[in-house]
Amino acid sequence: MTEHVQTLLDATALGSIYALMAIGIGLVFGVLRLVNFAYGQLIMAGAYALALTNDSPVLVSIALCFGVILALSLAMEFAAFRPLRRASPTTMLVATFAISYLLQSIALVRFGAIGKIVVVIPELNRPVTIAGLHVRWITIVTILVAIVVFAALTVFLNRTSIGLQMRAASIDSQTARLLGVRANAVITVAVLISGVIAAIVAVILPMAVPERLLVGPDFALRETIIVLVGVVVGGIDRLLSATLGGFTMGFAVGALSGFLPSSGSWPFTSSVYLDSAVFMLVIVVLLLRPEGLFARGRRTAVERV
Amino acid sequence: MRRVTDLVQLLGPVVVLVLVGIVGGMSFVDPDLAIEFRGALVSVAIVVALYVFVGNSGVISFGHVSFVAVGAFAAGVMTIPVELKPTITPGLFPLLGEHSLGSAASLVLAAAVGGVYALLVGIPLMRLSGLSAGIATFAVLGVTYNILNNWTKIGPGPLTLTTVPETTDLVQATAGAVAVVTIAFLYQRSRLGRKLRAAREDPAAARAAGIDIHRQRLWAFAISGALSGFAGGLFVHHAGTLQARDVYLDLTFLTLAMLVVGGVGSLWGAVVGALAVSALDSFLLDAESGEIGLINDLLGKPLWGGSRLVGVAAFMAIVLVLLPQGLTRGREFRIPGLGRSRRAAQESAV
Repeated sequence: MTEHVQTLLDATALGSIYALMAIGIGLVFGVLRLVNFAYGQLIMAGAYALALTNDSPVLVSIALCFGVILALSLAMEFAAFRPLRRASPTTMLVATFAISYLLQSIALVRFGAIGKIVVVIPELNRPVTIAGLHVRWITIVTILVAIVVFAALTVFLNRTSIGLQMRAASIDSQTARLLGVRANAVITVAVLISGVIAAIVAVILPMAVPERLLVGPDFALRETIIVLVGVVVGGIDRLLSATLGGFTMGFAVGALSGFLPSSGSWPFTSSVYLDSAVFMLVIVVLLLRPEGLFARGRRTAVERV
Repeated sequence: MRRVTDLVQLLGPVVVLVLVGIVGGMSFVDPDLAIEFRGALVSVAIVVALYVFVGNSGVISFGHVSFVAVGAFAAGVMTIPVELKPTITPGLFPLLGEHSLGSAASLVLAAAVGGVYALLVGIPLMRLSGLSAGIATFAVLGVTYNILNNWTKIGPGPLTLTTVPETTDLVQATAGAVAVVTIAFLYQRSRLGRKLRAAREDPAAARAAGIDIHRQRLWAFAISGALSGFAGGLFVHHAGTLQARDVYLDLTFLTLAMLVVGGVGSLWGAVVGALAVSALDSFLLDAESGEIGLINDLLGKPLWGGSRLVGVAAFMAIVLVLLPQGLTRGREFRIPGLGRSRRAAQESAV
């Protein structure tokens, strides 16, 4: 019993990380209609910043991580997203593919294929015992951070002027512009917030997920892929549905990997086939609800003349 | 084929491919470089196979490398010598483990496996469009990779498939690429291809004209899957070894980027994109190993290691940002001023 509760708690923490990434990807999609495949490489850059400053005080290290990611986010916005504003969604997606690949290659050439260990706050790895459960502090912190970020963002989007403009722009950017919303300002703010969230994930991920203790060129790539899938499965048109989609994928991955047996000779019978199981579920969901699992109402798929 | 100018759209790419094959086979080209020419021709086959679906339907697919993968594994597993199979890929189903095929038959098998797989996957998936279609095809790639990488009854699983006969020489690579380009051309000029292109331009109008979009997309998907499987067969007989990782994300990214760099909308774009990116890749590789005198003179040393990866990625990112429609801007091959009436000009602009 406690074992199952522990698995579910870990799955919730993983879901929280994926939900954070989903917010970062969903925010930018909202204002730009651009699916940023290179989001994981922002996180990778931040994690390298942390790994290279393992000896410095932790606050300096984290500040550097935020700085690197925010600078890189702005560079992406000005060098790539802005010239591509009017390109087709396919071209934009493939372009962010290219950027992701470019950043990976740079990391590979500069730092090599062997991962570097990331040490942020080792104290958070200690377990704490609550009602017979051994929970690592980082698990609790991760869940709390995700809740705080989501709450803060909700306030920002509903209570501040720029937040409301951002929502307006993501519902109908043309009308919003006619009404005086400055598109570039809104987009820059969205890209920056998305960068802040990437930095938070970069700090948490190496501590929370044991396989991500080392940062290499493909750091956070698998997470990005699953989150992108989750965002579309949840419903990319709204931030809440995208976030829930990300959370669901993380939770499903965490829970399935805890419950599937570790060996089996046929597909889908063991945890090595975890990805297959998750992706099959994705295909089924997309076929049943192409507009997204948590999307509001059904939109007509076919244009009416 | 009502006009000579239409045929030029096929002959242009074919002549270019044959030239690549001939230059690659010339005596002054050293053997290492000849392998790169071969690789470029195999890339053309994969990218054109991808183009048949993406270009004509306007729907993005991240899943095509799945069909390349099943084709490559089918052709690879069935051509390694029977006596080596227990060591290289133990645990195969008896049917697979106890038989082997010749390389020509394995290419046919690869095309069949790719086509059938695409057809089965396409029946449910072709109802989707836009981002959902992209993600769903990507999910297919994820499942395919995961199963090929783990299931030892149909292949080597996480191990490497080795001793695959390297039968894709320059002649076969050229012939294979030309065959794929020709089928792609015939398809896009056919009744089926035109219907699909009409649906790409205006789904509502096409549907009103009685076109069953789902069926047309499915046709393109299956044909493109078969061509991808065939290209996968060429791929494995070119490389000689194969791992599931070789036919996963990197190849997906590279082939899609080649297509978009060349221009998604045209067959010529697919060929140009594949050749341009391959050429740059080979050039940087040689520059890294100090084989290109000009670079050595300019820098005083060979290009630093790893600049190939960065260079290719940067090239693709720059082309995509500056020329979102690709190098050919989605136009077919044409010879300027050759028998072009105004009507032909309008046709090719579509």
